[in-house]
Amino acid sequence: MSDIAIELRGIDKSFGLVHANKNINLTVRKGTIHGIIGENGAGKSTLMSILYGFYQADKGDIIIDGKTVTIKDPNAAIASGIGMVHQHFMLVENFTVLENVMLGAEESQILNTSISKARVELKRLEKEYALEVNPDALIEQLPVGLQQRVEILKALYRKADILILDEPTGVLTPPEADHLFRILGQLKDQGKTIIFITHKLREIMAITDEVSVMRRGEMVATRKTKETSVEELAELMVGRRVLLRVEKGAANPGEVKLAVENLTVRDGRGVTMVDNVSFNLRAGEIVGIAGVAGNGQSELLEAISGIRRAVSGKVLLNGKPIDVTGHVDPRELRDRGLGHVPEDRHHVGLVLKFEEAENGILGYHHEKRFLNGVFLNTKAIQADAEEKIKKYDIRPPNPRLKTANFSGGNQQKIVLAREMERGPDVLIIGQPTRGVDVGAIEFIHKRIIEMRDQGMAVLLVSVELDEIRALSDRIIVMFAGGVVGERDPDATEGELGLLMAGVEGRKEAAE
Amino acid sequence: MSNPYAKLPAWAEYGLIPLINLVVAFLVAGLVVLLVGENPLNAAYHMINGAFGRGEYIGFTLYYATTFIFTGLSVAVAFHAGLFNIGSEGQAYIGGIGVALACLWLDKTMPWFVVFPLAIIGSAAFGAMWAFLPGWLQAKRGSHVVITTIMFNFIAASLMVYLLTRVLKPLGQMAPQTRTFEAGGQLPKLDWLMSIFGLNLGNSPFNVSFLLALLAAFGVWVLIWRTKLGYEMRTMGHSPSAARYAGIGEARITVIVMMISGGLAGMMALNPIMGEQYRMQLDFVQGAGFVGIAVALMGRSHPAGIIPAAVLFGMLYQGGAEIAFEMPSISRDMIVIIQGLVILFAGALENMFRPAIGRAFAGIGRRSAVAAQTRGA
Repeated sequence: MSDIAIELRGIDKSFGLVHANKNINLTVRKGTIHGIIGENGAGKSTLMSILYGFYQADKGDIIIDGKTVTIKDPNAAIASGIGMVHQHFMLVENFTVLENVMLGAEESQILNTSISKARVELKRLEKEYALEVNPDALIEQLPVGLQQRVEILKALYRKADILILDEPTGVLTPPEADHLFRILGQLKDQGKTIIFITHKLREIMAITDEVSVMRRGEMVATRKTKETSVEELAELMVGRRVLLRVEKGAANPGEVKLAVENLTVRDGRGVTMVDNVSFNLRAGEIVGIAGVAGNGQSELLEAISGIRRAVSGKVLLNGKPIDVTGHVDPRELRDRGLGHVPEDRHHVGLVLKFEEAENGILGYHHEKRFLNGVFLNTKAIQADAEEKIKKYDIRPPNPRLKTANFSGGNQQKIVLAREMERGPDVLIIGQPTRGVDVGAIEFIHKRIIEMRDQGMAVLLVSVELDEIRALSDRIIVMFAGGVVGERDPDATEGELGLLMAGVEGRKEAAE
Repeated sequence: MSNPYAKLPAWAEYGLIPLINLVVAFLVAGLVVLLVGENPLNAAYHMINGAFGRGEYIGFTLYYATTFIFTGLSVAVAFHAGLFNIGSEGQAYIGGIGVALACLWLDKTMPWFVVFPLAIIGSAAFGAMWAFLPGWLQAKRGSHVVITTIMFNFIAASLMVYLLTRVLKPLGQMAPQTRTFEAGGQLPKLDWLMSIFGLNLGNSPFNVSFLLALLAAFGVWVLIWRTKLGYEMRTMGHSPSAARYAGIGEARITVIVMMISGGLAGMMALNPIMGEQYRMQLDFVQGAGFVGIAVALMGRSHPAGIIPAAVLFGMLYQGGAEIAFEMPSISRDMIVIIQGLVILFAGALENMFRPAIGRAFAGIGRRSAVAAQTRGA
């Protein structure tokens, strides 16, 4: 027995002309937490998918416990002792914890026998790894942090010795993330090996023993975590020095541009998603809305931008009311000076099958400058696209290219260019850097601050607390649809974290 | 990777893949012919010869193609807005009323070139009207157009039986059809066009509505790729959520697109009514609306693809009739099977060979890249 859990030798994988993994070598020691970090599109997910049997490598060997193995599908991976906790949970919402854990690994054809056997085993696992969760609770009733725990139990139930976690903290509050890190520490102490994939440098520094950095399909470095620094890792990821925190001067707030009063929004099922929310947004300031995903931020943005109808409340844009409870035409709001960078650029902000230039006019296609009567003025559209490509350094600089072929960062730049260049009075931005590479994040943050300095009122929603703290002049925290507090940007992460988890907020509301 | 298929060059995407699908469809069809104990090569000969062997045959092939261009465009326009109009059949049928009314009214007093524009307007208006209701029901009431347009096909069929047996049929005539139109209701044939190529049109009903079909194809291209409305349609078709974000009214686009789609389907009626039979008969559409779905699928909803796809189906119709005539053991139903196979491979299974072709192209691409590198070094 060696002390090496997994060794990858010369893994190579191409999709058509895209060379996703180039000659990857990786050694993961037994009983360690090994971080893999890299920008979006660096090839992390591809590599893990090869390890878990979703894809086959074109070349290279996978060696587990000293034996070369072929992993042709996830079942083979499980048989080799590999378990995976996916970024998006693979759980059946209306099944219980127990049913989810045993799903696909039933001991017998007869359900009752399987259930009772699984129950015993699950109890043992819970005790051994201190992963308490009620086996009879329905998944849909569990908070996200516990759902993730079920995913981990699923892997352990299948006797996994090596756990792969793909961006596990994306959906967690800071306290939940801390809890996850403690669990991972315990698993490590029990001798499990953990591969931890993330793009958050802070998490790497917090829990890993070793870290490997990927860039453009290549494994560029492996470091002992103790011997490296955030700055070094960032530089390795991007390939050049990056500014991790943008510099900005003090805000110079002017008159109120957007006033939200007692806004309440329900979703399709009638569940209240935004609960009596009020705030003001002034010219020349950035107000950040912090909160764990799913606490009403998305619905708030949709209601303000006229995509979703509100139940009650008022919104004033430049002092004039928007009919948020009635029929709102997003086109009219644009004409009145509201720019909107939506959270979901793939389905809302862009039409991925359109050419870049076509997306450059989405929502503004009715404006005279892009039309000749009822016909599109293709020359003007093309010229406009070329200008924005230059100004926002969108790559590749080809306005005829299908939008789907741009990287996440460049797609986001297409949306930002469209919404910012129009010069709106109020710009609402959802998740400006989700799925965007570190290099582009720097650019996007700078642009947002420039817009503020030009007197634009910016409302920012992000689930990245670091981003909110770096950009905002004021921070509003949402929990369960309500505003639970407002803080300065120099509030500590712990303080904001407690608010986001709804702990402090309840107290505040009670007082 | 979000896109498992490598991007192919355009000629492979729009030329090679449909061609391979077609060849496979014919190979399987050949097996079917073999199963009934006939020689597939013989059948292929009769098919090709029957469709293109003589000027007259070509005329018939293009006559059918004209019909399919209209219905194919009808389905394609709706496709671009994300709507699946299965009702082209009924809309074409109702469109016939517009043609018949124009002809019955003016055929004795006016020349064809006066009646024709009115018949165009009439057919498009009646077709559009028949598509308006399903469009409106989806836009305002959420009734899915797939369901409502199918139901409207049946309503159209019943309505036409009523009209042709009770209202439009001349007194004392047995057949459920209008009276035969005089010269003003008869479209000229395209002899001159055929004679440019040294072909003789013979008895075939190839007429000027073919030119109208080509014009309509161009018009659809302009509409979809060069107008604001087309931009809004495509946005809605690709991503309804992006359309909502952009302030594009879903209800408005749905109704307008369904009416354009219905109008194009309605114009199909010009070809058989004014171009061939010179009267409106019961069931003159003969499934052309459904063939339009296959044509649109195969032509990838692009006018430049729809025209060749329509010619292909024209060939299957005309050549298929020839096979049935020459080889009695192959019945008319067998021809339908062959047409079905083409639809199956070209439509439903259109992506079946794509991964393999993508891999082949990737292989070639990489090899030439490596070769270029070694040359460079």
